[in-house]
Amino acid sequence: MDELIGEFVGETAESLDTIDTELVKFEADPTDRATLDNIFRLMHTIKGTCGFLGLGRLEALAHAGETLLGKFRDGDMVADSAAVTLVLQSVDRTKLILNGLEACGVEPEGDDSDLIARLEAMAMGEAVEAAPEPEPEPEPEPEPAAEGGGEMGFDHDLGRALRPGEVSLADLEAAFMAAEGPGEADEPAELDEDEEAEAAVPVAAAPAAKAAAAPSEDADAAPASRAPTSIRVSVDVLENLMTTVSELVLARNQLHQIVRETSDSALKTPLQRLSSVTAELQDGVMKTRMQPVGDAWRKLPRIVRDVQQDLGKKIRLVMEGEDTELDRQVLELIKDPLTHMVRNSADHGVEMPDVRAERGKPETGTVKLSAYHEGGAIIIRISDDGAGLDPAKIGAKAIEKGLATQDDLSAMGEQQMLRFIFAPGFSTAAKVTNLSGRGVGMDVVRTNIEQIGGSIDLSSEVGKGTVFTIKIPLTLAIVSALIVKAGEQRFAVPQLSVRELVRVGEGSDHAVETLNGAEMIRLRERLLPVVSMRRVLRAADEGEMQGYVVVLEAAGRKIGLVVDDVLDTEEIVVKPLSAQLRAIPVYSGATILGDGAVIMILDPNGVASEIAHTEEESASSEAAADARAADPNRQRLLLVRAGGTEPKAVPVALITRLEEFNVADIERVDGRNVVQYRGRLLSIAHAGGDFPAEGRIPVLVFTEDDRSAGVAVDAILDVVEESVELQLGSDRPGIVGSAILQGRATEMLDMGWYMERAWMGGAPRRAAASRKAVLLVEADAFARRMMAPLLAAAGYDVTVAADLREARDAAEMGAEYDAVVGDPAALAELNAAGCWPGVPRLAISEDEGAGAAFAGLAGVTRPGDRGGLIAALDRASQARAA
Amino acid sequence: MSTHNAFEYVTVMIGEQMFGVPVHEIREVFSPQGVTAVPRAPEEVAGLLNLRGRIVTAIDARQVMGLPPREDAAACMALGVERGSELYGVLVDRVGEVMRLDETTLEPVPGHLDNRWRGLLRGVHRLDGRLLAVMDIFRLVAAQPSLAA
Repeated sequence: MDELIGEFVGETAESLDTIDTELVKFEADPTDRATLDNIFRLMHTIKGTCGFLGLGRLEALAHAGETLLGKFRDGDMVADSAAVTLVLQSVDRTKLILNGLEACGVEPEGDDSDLIARLEAMAMGEAVEAAPEPEPEPEPEPEPAAEGGGEMGFDHDLGRALRPGEVSLADLEAAFMAAEGPGEADEPAELDEDEEAEAAVPVAAAPAAKAAAAPSEDADAAPASRAPTSIRVSVDVLENLMTTVSELVLARNQLHQIVRETSDSALKTPLQRLSSVTAELQDGVMKTRMQPVGDAWRKLPRIVRDVQQDLGKKIRLVMEGEDTELDRQVLELIKDPLTHMVRNSADHGVEMPDVRAERGKPETGTVKLSAYHEGGAIIIRISDDGAGLDPAKIGAKAIEKGLATQDDLSAMGEQQMLRFIFAPGFSTAAKVTNLSGRGVGMDVVRTNIEQIGGSIDLSSEVGKGTVFTIKIPLTLAIVSALIVKAGEQRFAVPQLSVRELVRVGEGSDHAVETLNGAEMIRLRERLLPVVSMRRVLRAADEGEMQGYVVVLEAAGRKIGLVVDDVLDTEEIVVKPLSAQLRAIPVYSGATILGDGAVIMILDPNGVASEIAHTEEESASSEAAADARAADPNRQRLLLVRAGGTEPKAVPVALITRLEEFNVADIERVDGRNVVQYRGRLLSIAHAGGDFPAEGRIPVLVFTEDDRSAGVAVDAILDVVEESVELQLGSDRPGIVGSAILQGRATEMLDMGWYMERAWMGGAPRRAAASRKAVLLVEADAFARRMMAPLLAAAGYDVTVAADLREARDAAEMGAEYDAVVGDPAALAELNAAGCWPGVPRLAISEDEGAGAAFAGLAGVTRPGDRGGLIAALDRASQARAA
Repeated sequence: MSTHNAFEYVTVMIGEQMFGVPVHEIREVFSPQGVTAVPRAPEEVAGLLNLRGRIVTAIDARQVMGLPPREDAAACMALGVERGSELYGVLVDRVGEVMRLDETTLEPVPGHLDNRWRGLLRGVHRLDGRLLAVMDIFRLVAAQPSLAA
């Protein structure tokens, strides 16, 4: 294929995707001038390029489309649904022709006069039949899911299909080599070499400039043209850079190892510098690999629109957190599963409008897609307010498909039955519609996600809707791993799958028990199936079941892996395995440790799938998940010992990571205790005690606004999951209050207070004079007590009102605040009562701002989004001060 | 310079037999250090090792050829071979000199040879008093479906 054509195909496919999305947006708001201009411009560019390349069929089609769009733009016509449908049809036809063009290098034979006639008729203001029949085409309409791969083509240099955004090596070279324009003679003219090179410049520069301009314009449709702030870089260059940085990380780790073993202190300072520079470089390179998750969502508005049109449904697609970034390799791998799931939700989840009305729901259903960071992972949630999944029906289907027996089902919880939709060979669609049921089931979705070390879960309520939650690692290349020991060998276990560590055997509270050969431990009044690492590795000597149980969550269930010892956590660079080893299910790769040794990386999903399914455990843990979903007060709490003998508790949700440091590594700098952590300095405060003189100390790491702080404790005891009724009232700093946990009164640690202590004297704090006053109106005691210290730590003077009456009292007393924070309803009432007019009000709510309660708010933040709240407060109070 | 084409071989010893591997097929010769055994791996995989930051899969030529294990496990050398993007180290007993042999001395693989060996050899050179078997080293590092199962 002509290289110019290849480039054109890739670029035009991208433009067409944008047109798809923009058209749907435009249809919703025909007065949106900026969107229309963008569509028009893209269509115009396609037409122009087609003309240049001599692609008559495409040009004629684009021309007719542009004419019709011109009428909208000039205000001669108002765009209605029929007109948009027609333009979308011409976009689809263009895609078809492009596919043909890509396959054979020439435009496929065909006649578009029907479509062009309709476009022209519409442009002339003539009536066009409302729902024209789809045109008979030689090839079936390609599946949207397959387009990404299809458009990009196979690259022989890479040995795999190009990913969107990638430029093949051949294309790049072609840009430099394209001395002659298309159509000119191929044989090299007898030119002086210099002259030929010069001649190459203008031709080669044109497509390159176009390539550079296109994405920045796409991303920023509304404003007029401006200088591009981004450039295209070949993915290969980025991959190479990543590999190089990975090697650097390894070398640095090795150097650390050596310096630790020698006592040559002259090396320490330069090594520390090398360490932080490496960490920064690693961050920087990681950023270049990051793409907003919204890139994978671009096709979704069009897909949802098509479902509406085809099935006569009314669906609103809400997308949240499009800016959340993740590794482009990961993004590529989840794109198709996501598309499939959103299509499923629209197609099977949301009911027909009349059915919804009957059930007392709004006619318009909602499909909501949200993405956010949590710990070292990205959570993507796809929810709908549709019919929900019926466990009974799914159970019946599972029996019908031979996936389970009646006996199996009776032992299962509802949530576990729902998980059958992830089983191979299961499809819930009662009838296969044109949209779903393309042979890609949820099992493929699950497999794809698990392949990248992610997990997928769902919860559903009949009549209320379904929520799918996907958890995926930020990046595939460098992962945090727990280094464990089995026999004399070390292995890496990805942290993302590790839920907790439990000591077993002599001298611990837990022991491995056996029932008919199946091994398990009691963990919080439940049985957890365990397997020894040695058995997984088929070691001749299975050894004794003692050491540590690494509790893994994989393939949708929890299992315990008994290892002899847990050594360390390390950032490891994942290296692929050679052909001989790839077939072994329990490994996902290998890595080189700081001491230069090669160790294997365990694949938790592979390990889990090797252990016979234990119904009781899964059922009970799923039942616990049900209970958790039903009870919003239910919390996962980490129990620690910190000063005294009584356990103290910290909400697990607040903790970013658990680490263990050698006390000898903790240095005192400028009045703070700091330790080198991931190439940076981490400030540590001790929660209720002194640092021991030597040994290792567990540290809870918290992250806020890109800053981390560590809170050291004496010992980590357990993780409990309970419904927490917080009893307030502690005069002691650092204690929020107490709650009854496992039947004992347990003090709840105030992490905000300790974080502030860790940072004290370090990061610049807001000067007292500029401290802003904030009123926090929050009925939920737990939230109130957790939030107030955080705001205080961010430099705000916080006043807490437990209810509206307290807030109104404060207003009557003449208290003044720079901002008021609370739930939307309370804020609306305060506003109605005339309290603090003009003071910015910030709501904390799960709902995105809809309804009267949200009118006039300065911002809405999700509960738990501490960084977001503080950022919003800063903005609001600064705007007010200005 | 001979009028005939000549081949350059790195000679290696495995047991009592001398093999030749074309020089250009070998990336380097190294002494394998710190080999990590991989539990559950096919038996011909001796383990993984770190060669200047790259992970090398060590393949024991004796296992592939069905010979008894080396008596002194530590005393062996490795031939580095790149196959696709994967790096392999083929463990042999000893590495000898580089030999330049005329193509006229090359004979096809004898038909009555053990099947396993026949698949791994490209031919045999007649030398004075001994035979040099030409090893197909890429065949040797290819995954063995019968063994991997």
